[in-house]
Amino acid sequence: MATLFAATTILFIVVHNIPGDVIYVWVYDIVETYGVSWEEAERIARVMFLGYEPDKPLWQQYIDYIRNLLRGNLGYSPTFRLPVNAIVASALPWTLFILSLSLSTSFIIGVLLGMFIAWKRKTIIDPIVSAYAAFTDATPDFVTAMLLFIFLAVRLGLFPLKGAYDAEIVTPGFNLPFIANVLWHAALPVLSYVIEHIGAWTLLMKGSAVSVLEEDYVRAAIARGLRESRVVTAYIGRTAIIPLVALIAISIGSMMGGSILIETVFTYPGMGYFFAQAIGRMDYALMQGLFFLIIAGVILANLVVDLIYPIIDPRAREE
Amino acid sequence: MRRMPVEMIKEVITEERKKTLKEALVEFYYSWIRPILKNRRAFIGSLILLMFISMATVGPLIVPLDLTTRWEQRFLPPSWEHPLGTDYAGRDIFQQIVHGSREVLTIAFLAAAYAILIAISIGIVSGYLGGVVDAFLMGITDIFLTIPSFPVMLIIAVTVRVADPFSFAAILAIWMWAGLARSIRAQVRSLREREFIEAAKVLGMSTRHIVFKEILPNIAPYITIYFIRMMKGAITASVGIMFLGVVPLSIVHWGVMMNLAMFQYGAVYVPEGIFYALSPLMAIVLLEYGAICFASGVEEIVNPRLKTYE
Repeated sequence: MATLFAATTILFIVVHNIPGDVIYVWVYDIVETYGVSWEEAERIARVMFLGYEPDKPLWQQYIDYIRNLLRGNLGYSPTFRLPVNAIVASALPWTLFILSLSLSTSFIIGVLLGMFIAWKRKTIIDPIVSAYAAFTDATPDFVTAMLLFIFLAVRLGLFPLKGAYDAEIVTPGFNLPFIANVLWHAALPVLSYVIEHIGAWTLLMKGSAVSVLEEDYVRAAIARGLRESRVVTAYIGRTAIIPLVALIAISIGSMMGGSILIETVFTYPGMGYFFAQAIGRMDYALMQGLFFLIIAGVILANLVVDLIYPIIDPRAREE
Repeated sequence: MRRMPVEMIKEVITEERKKTLKEALVEFYYSWIRPILKNRRAFIGSLILLMFISMATVGPLIVPLDLTTRWEQRFLPPSWEHPLGTDYAGRDIFQQIVHGSREVLTIAFLAAAYAILIAISIGIVSGYLGGVVDAFLMGITDIFLTIPSFPVMLIIAVTVRVADPFSFAAILAIWMWAGLARSIRAQVRSLREREFIEAAKVLGMSTRHIVFKEILPNIAPYITIYFIRMMKGAITASVGIMFLGVVPLSIVHWGVMMNLAMFQYGAVYVPEGIFYALSPLMAIVLLEYGAICFASGVEEIVNPRLKTYE
């Protein structure tokens, strides 16, 4: 909650310090379109695009501003000539789709692989995964995205160059061609995230599982002659996965940040793409709306993790 | 046993013996150079980093930057004359990479330095004083940790309209210090309970002495590792911001080169443009790989139990 408050305060300060010429352009635009006076146009611009009235005292502006944000009134985007809510409504599903698909893929594969490496100990996979993780750590996510874009989309033409689906070929709805088309468009963005994150999840799971291996109850389970698969999944995996779940929220935050560049590379119409557009065109209304949503999303993810935690970790339930 | 007066012990401990240059060099060799030479990862990392550092410092002096447009020479493949080929306007890519490395490293170095300073001050004050100050500072730190840094950096960068590397680095640094401040605080808290700090307190040494002479040297290796990691983070962030074309400080900055290749001159769409599109990418990956190797190698040396990539 404090974070949301701090974030909106930062936004408020930023919005109050917009370079004058940006507002000037909007005001000029409004005067041209509606034929109102300059002062009136300036007031309209601030109320409409930024959500505060310049005549009121500062604290009142601040309260109005936050009230507007909390009500879900995110303003009006001057560059797209659409309410920010409408843009968000069209962009959010795509980002959620991409992020959830990437996160679950990399998390599940990483956890399984990490568990396997920890259990088998000396395998050839171990050093390979370590080297791979160090290499992907050195590659920023948008560099991965750009490499995939250049080689798989442009050079080989295996994947589409832009968009979330081809509007000419398929009709949105619950039909097979549409779903296939959407997955085809989502493949490269998802792949960039997965390539980028899978090594880290594997190493984390391995580290966590190795420390669990030493526990007495694991030895007891092995000594009791339980099947190997059961020991690995129910005894080691279940305990080892707990610290990783806490990291999911952090990961979502960094993926949200990464989406700005990845979606821009693939011209994928999600939150990140529109955020980059807003940044490039100095569209503060859109910028603040999307930023507010990103923060809210991160906080929500933290809350969900806090709620899930006691379910998967009985030790946290005791308190 | 003769009892020494407290004043005398204090004198013995606080006395600073002037080291000769040779002694200092020998000590530096045994505590830094030799372990790095012996650790494979740290060695590779330091080689790569040294290469980029010399590229950024003496490189621009040896390789002159020629930005004259020669349309008939556009998108040439690598040759002796142009080691990495030419860009969309027939300019040598290698020259741009060399001159860009200076921009990239300057911003990364400044950002990491600012962030370290903030982190050290907040971490030490918070860990050493404890109580209300600690709770307040850590509350702020948590907020900085939760807010995704990249969008904020972008928003501030466009609002402030950065025009020089110093303020750009400062904007990056504001969103980079929080994690380190937290761990410095934790280390200071555990150090504070140790005997040698207790002893220093009993002897009545000044807080300044305890902080700078007793606590800081103990977390110094740790800070070195973090410094390299932060530089890596700053490179990613600054190149990412430049990639969106927001802070056009210099045309040869790698991020700006990527922006031009991707969005302006379509170098990614033509087969001949591949060298222009890939050169900055490869430079970034190699530089960051060096940083990671160096940081994790030093980490192994300082704390053999902790191995990041193993």
